[in-house]
Amino acid sequence: MTTTETRPLPTGPVVRTERVSVRVRTRVVTATVALLVAAAVLGALAMTLGDYQLSVGQVIGALTGSGSRAQEYVVLGLRAPRVVLALVVGAALGVGGAVFQSLARNNLASPDLLGFTTGAASGALIAIVLVGGGPAGTTIGAIAGTLVTAVVVQALLGGAVGGYRLVLVGIGVNAVLAAFNNFLILRTDLSTAVAAQSWLVGTLNGRGWTQVVVVAIALAVLVPIAAAGSRRLDLLGMGDDVARGLGVAVERTRVTTLLVGVALVGVATAAVGPVAFVALAAPQLARRIMGTTGPGVLAAGLLGAVLLLAGDVLGQHLAAPTQFPAGTMTAAVGGLYLVWLLAREWRAGR
Amino acid sequence: MSHRLRAEGLTLAYEQRTVIRELDVAIPDGSFTVIVGPNACGKSTLLRGLARMIKPAAGSVTLDERPITAYGSKEVARRLAVLPQSPTAPDGITVLDLVARGRYPHQSLLKQWSVADEEAVRAAMAATGVAELAERDVAQLSGGQRQRVWIAMVLAQQTPLLLLDEPTTFLDIAFQLDVLDLCADLHAGGERTLVAVLHDLNHACRYATHLIAMREGAIVAQGPPGEIVDADLVRAVFGITCEVVPDPQTGTPMIVPAGRETRRRRREAAAAEDPVAVTPS
Repeated sequence: MTTTETRPLPTGPVVRTERVSVRVRTRVVTATVALLVAAAVLGALAMTLGDYQLSVGQVIGALTGSGSRAQEYVVLGLRAPRVVLALVVGAALGVGGAVFQSLARNNLASPDLLGFTTGAASGALIAIVLVGGGPAGTTIGAIAGTLVTAVVVQALLGGAVGGYRLVLVGIGVNAVLAAFNNFLILRTDLSTAVAAQSWLVGTLNGRGWTQVVVVAIALAVLVPIAAAGSRRLDLLGMGDDVARGLGVAVERTRVTTLLVGVALVGVATAAVGPVAFVALAAPQLARRIMGTTGPGVLAAGLLGAVLLLAGDVLGQHLAAPTQFPAGTMTAAVGGLYLVWLLAREWRAGR
Repeated sequence: MSHRLRAEGLTLAYEQRTVIRELDVAIPDGSFTVIVGPNACGKSTLLRGLARMIKPAAGSVTLDERPITAYGSKEVARRLAVLPQSPTAPDGITVLDLVARGRYPHQSLLKQWSVADEEAVRAAMAATGVAELAERDVAQLSGGQRQRVWIAMVLAQQTPLLLLDEPTTFLDIAFQLDVLDLCADLHAGGERTLVAVLHDLNHACRYATHLIAMREGAIVAQGPPGEIVDADLVRAVFGITCEVVPDPQTGTPMIVPAGRETRRRRREAAAAEDPVAVTPS
């Protein structure tokens, strides 16, 4: 045997048992641990900071049932649901963004830029105005709105396309839907309009365990489907013919993952209103941090969770006592990120 | 001779335009089959049809005595590998990771990197001479190296049938020969059947054991190049006047196009005979 044949492949560590065999990517493991730590630190900040300052010990006391009534109310009733909601909504947006971006083979194909989020808002607004909202009505409305928008955008684009056409279609769809949303709000009575408007900002304020439960159930059902489809999406990125040649059922993969993405974005938007930036940035940042090439559905979800929680913590405490909604924070950061991304695509000549 | 891959009454169409109509073809097992023909004659379409990239408008493709549509997606990919034209490498992917993707049809959610996977990837990289490039970014390779990496990926599928759609396009002459030599090596064992679409007729004659010449969606002639390629065939397929001489290096047929003046006179004579059937060049 020659030396080239015996030299081990640079695969990194490999775990093999009777049923399982996987390559362990050291950087992915490190990055995942780092992100989990970041989420824990942000969560601790969110639980302790505020008008009613608590120590970490007091928070743990309240969580385990040995705190005072006031502490328990602040922790369990106000702060914990908000933190968990930021995590689950961020995860849903991150996973949804990863799915859409890899389906369109375009980093700009995020649900907010394409108008899906505004479409979700339209659906939810119709539900709020016509049937008075409620978590079920808003959620179903938002999913239906996302689905209709996705179908329309898909028809307008007709397959994978370059950045500018995608952005232009997104601008058009967003403008039409935003106008429609305004029309709906103006037509309704004042109290409904105020409720709708506050929802439209995209905030974690005034949400509770109900929303957490809805989004968490959606995650539990949909994320495994998305994760199982992650490798197929990855192969689709090399072109339909290559993917089909490797044994990917192209059409079925596309329809399944599209529906999963639509449902995740719809549910997340129904819970907190339209939140910009997270679905756009999470998949790309995840790829950069993890050093991977695929859609990285789970990594995008984890990063989305951290991003939205960070946005909410910053929004609450950056300029306290003034509070910014998480959606405003993420939109501000996202605008800058988008400009940078477009400038980069421009230079790459796409 | 047996034929694991064949098509009967195959009609292939894009939207409204029918490219291939009711075509019968059988790929001889163990051959290096090369499909040639003028631009837009349907040679790539035929290859894509055989590789189930296009759903036939009529007729069927048979793989190992069963309709190719009767197999599961991964099952087909374990028997037949195909390298399409201009595939896209994901941003920042390494050579090893790209070649490893060829193992997808052999893997499952839990079994993603078995000993067999590792051996297949190692063998594919060794056979294509890209083992030294394992950790390089695919985007930074030369065109010829990149094509070797893509071939390594489909090779890692370890299929008895390997289909390549214009594997030499966009490569300079040295890399073209390099890729064709590689194909000849892959074919040499006798267990693998190769099918490739090529542009260069002289290359096709040198490397193919079985040649399929197409024009306007139909097969004009097929067989070993030495038996079927002559001046009449080249005129019938490409519409050019030429001389066919033995290749001084290999003895296979070599096409030497006639000079410009001869071809022009020939064209005028043909036009005078039959004003409708004027062919180009």
